[in-house]
Amino acid sequence: MSSEPLLRVENLKTQFFTEAGTVRAVDGLSFEVREGEIVGLVGESGAGKSVASMSIMGLVEAPGEIVAGEITYKGETIFGLEEGPDGELRKRDDALSDEEIRTRIRGNEIAVIFQDPMESLNPVFTVGGQLREFIELNRGLGEDEAKAAAIDMLREVGIPDPEERYEEYPHQFSGGMRQRVLIAMALACEPSLIIADEPTTALDVTVEGQILDLVDDLQAKYGTSFIWVTHDLGVVAEICDRVNVMYLGEIVEQAPVDELFYDTKHPYTNALLDSIPRPDRTVTELEAIEGVMPEAITPPSGCRFHPRCPDAREVCKRVHPEAKVVDDAGGEPHRAACVQHDAFDVGYDESPPLEGVAGGVSTVRDEGSGDSGADSELAANPTGDDSGGGSRE
Amino acid sequence: MAVSESQLESGREPATEDEEEVEARVGWRYTVARIKRDTTARWGLYVVTIVLFVAIYAVVDSNLSLLTFGLLSDFTFARLLPIFDHPTHIPPPGEGTQHMPPYFPLAEQAWNPLPAGGTLEHPLGTDHTGRDYFTRIVYGTQVSVFVGLVSTFIGLAGGTVIGAVAGYYGGRADDILMRAVETVYSIPPLILIIVFTVFVGGANIWYAVLGVGITFIPVFARIIRSRVLSIREMDYIEAARAAGVKDRHIIMRHVVPNSFAPVLVYATLQIGVTILIVAGLSFLGYGAQPPTPDWGQMLNIAHGYMHSNVWLSIWPGIAIMITIMGFNLFGDGLQDALDPRIDD
Repeated sequence: MSSEPLLRVENLKTQFFTEAGTVRAVDGLSFEVREGEIVGLVGESGAGKSVASMSIMGLVEAPGEIVAGEITYKGETIFGLEEGPDGELRKRDDALSDEEIRTRIRGNEIAVIFQDPMESLNPVFTVGGQLREFIELNRGLGEDEAKAAAIDMLREVGIPDPEERYEEYPHQFSGGMRQRVLIAMALACEPSLIIADEPTTALDVTVEGQILDLVDDLQAKYGTSFIWVTHDLGVVAEICDRVNVMYLGEIVEQAPVDELFYDTKHPYTNALLDSIPRPDRTVTELEAIEGVMPEAITPPSGCRFHPRCPDAREVCKRVHPEAKVVDDAGGEPHRAACVQHDAFDVGYDESPPLEGVAGGVSTVRDEGSGDSGADSELAANPTGDDSGGGSRE
Repeated sequence: MAVSESQLESGREPATEDEEEVEARVGWRYTVARIKRDTTARWGLYVVTIVLFVAIYAVVDSNLSLLTFGLLSDFTFARLLPIFDHPTHIPPPGEGTQHMPPYFPLAEQAWNPLPAGGTLEHPLGTDHTGRDYFTRIVYGTQVSVFVGLVSTFIGLAGGTVIGAVAGYYGGRADDILMRAVETVYSIPPLILIIVFTVFVGGANIWYAVLGVGITFIPVFARIIRSRVLSIREMDYIEAARAAGVKDRHIIMRHVVPNSFAPVLVYATLQIGVTILIVAGLSFLGYGAQPPTPDWGQMLNIAHGYMHSNVWLSIWPGIAIMITIMGFNLFGDGLQDALDPRIDD
């Protein structure tokens, strides 16, 4: 925490005002991204990962709206709200205007790589033309210079014969090649931060591996920071430095990547890890997390994960935990939002287990070093196994 | 036809042309190649080309008589048709004598009993004032094509702007624009155009063209909007916004080009429809005014001579029919050619 991080998001809340009610897609998100690191944003579908990344870019569309929070980029407030004289929320004076965000931040400072490379290129123009135009617009180069830069960029991301492929249309590219083009486009203006919104989800595993290698190389070369949005913990383990696990619009666990995997502090992360097929284990059935994520329109009371949590106790229904530092991993805080931990003094141990919650999911992971009380508490309470009760579904 | 095509297929060498077709399913060259292979579309293309050529030719060769009839006198066929032997009535001198290029006044014999039709000089005969009918038909092409193109363009341009803006921004802008457009849409077009022309200053072909153009804005706006609604959700639009591209630029470069194919087809079909409508207006007296050689207006005059010379009505009718059929065939072919899902 020595220097100012590249990007800091504090208490970000994005809500969608629909006819059915207010959807709290992102509800009090706080995290930061430092120079040159890859930060993972992990969670199931519907956890609010994409809305969070769009909120950072200021691209939330009606009926969605950012209702609270502050986003600081390179020490500059790019988004902030204050209460106006009539009690209305309004943009703070020191926050950038929409126009400034559009011209200065988007593309130039923060770029986005989208999930589906098949859909992210305009089908009616050539690949090179789109890349060239993008460079022209953002870097103010002339047509010839921009073309040269575009071809360089295509070569950089490993597209063979860039001069020839420059003239081709998106449909003549394979998925992996298109994703390379999109990475080229994101890198073209040498932004300091790239938000990658599930960029490898639509690709098959071998291509995914190639793309991850490419990103690794380019990241080392350009020193770009990444926010890597994904639901794939395998990818997270591969490339991320620090990880934020999201559930229903909130961060439930925040830790350096090794800490997260070996010293998991939140039952949700645990459940996620257990649901991954692993080559070193033979199982007859994958251990999916019971139930589905509740609607963000009516989140459960207390801890939002409690209806699906194998460790849930009565207190979890009442107390809504904010993420707190529960451990220290070599100077890095390890935050978790679970009342199991000592940092939350709400009487978890005395609380009776919940009846009828999803059981049999949790296997308490004990690979962790166990240097804190929280960990021993976890080990002392293998509640998942005896919370009994069949699954609700 | 299927047989002959499959024969063609099997007989065709795997030439470079084929490779191109497989690779690129978009772009002008591909579209043109497909139109050329589709018999219907090809005929449409021929007819449209000829009609356009005639229209332009009529502009270029304002002294049509010299060139055209010099050529025609060699192979005119109309002489064989006995129907022209019937002289039409002789109009009072003076009517329609204000100068207009399509005149073929026949100074030395104009007000004498008119020459019989089907001569070398007048392959289709003359009209009631002694003007050469063929020349008027040819100049009528110019008027009709111009009318069709301009009014379709007005509808297309207006509809594209309104539809794209409404679809892209959504919300209030969408509501206001689309309700306005639907109001126009709910009025029967012919009545709307007639009221419009009368309102802005009376019967005049340009008012009619403008009126027809405005009347068709709603149709185009609705087609474009429905396309934009789906295009808007594409990732490349989101990507462009995330890259800080201006809304106007996104609409121009991403939204409109991707929404345009169905509209282009519709516009081609629409050219035929507008020609027909303007001809109808002229026939009713709200469009082209004499002495402009408009087909509808020629029909209007000709229907008074149905009994004495039915050909006066038939020639403009044939001209209208051929032109509209050409544009329709071409539009149908274009639709197939632009749709990558249709294989031939």
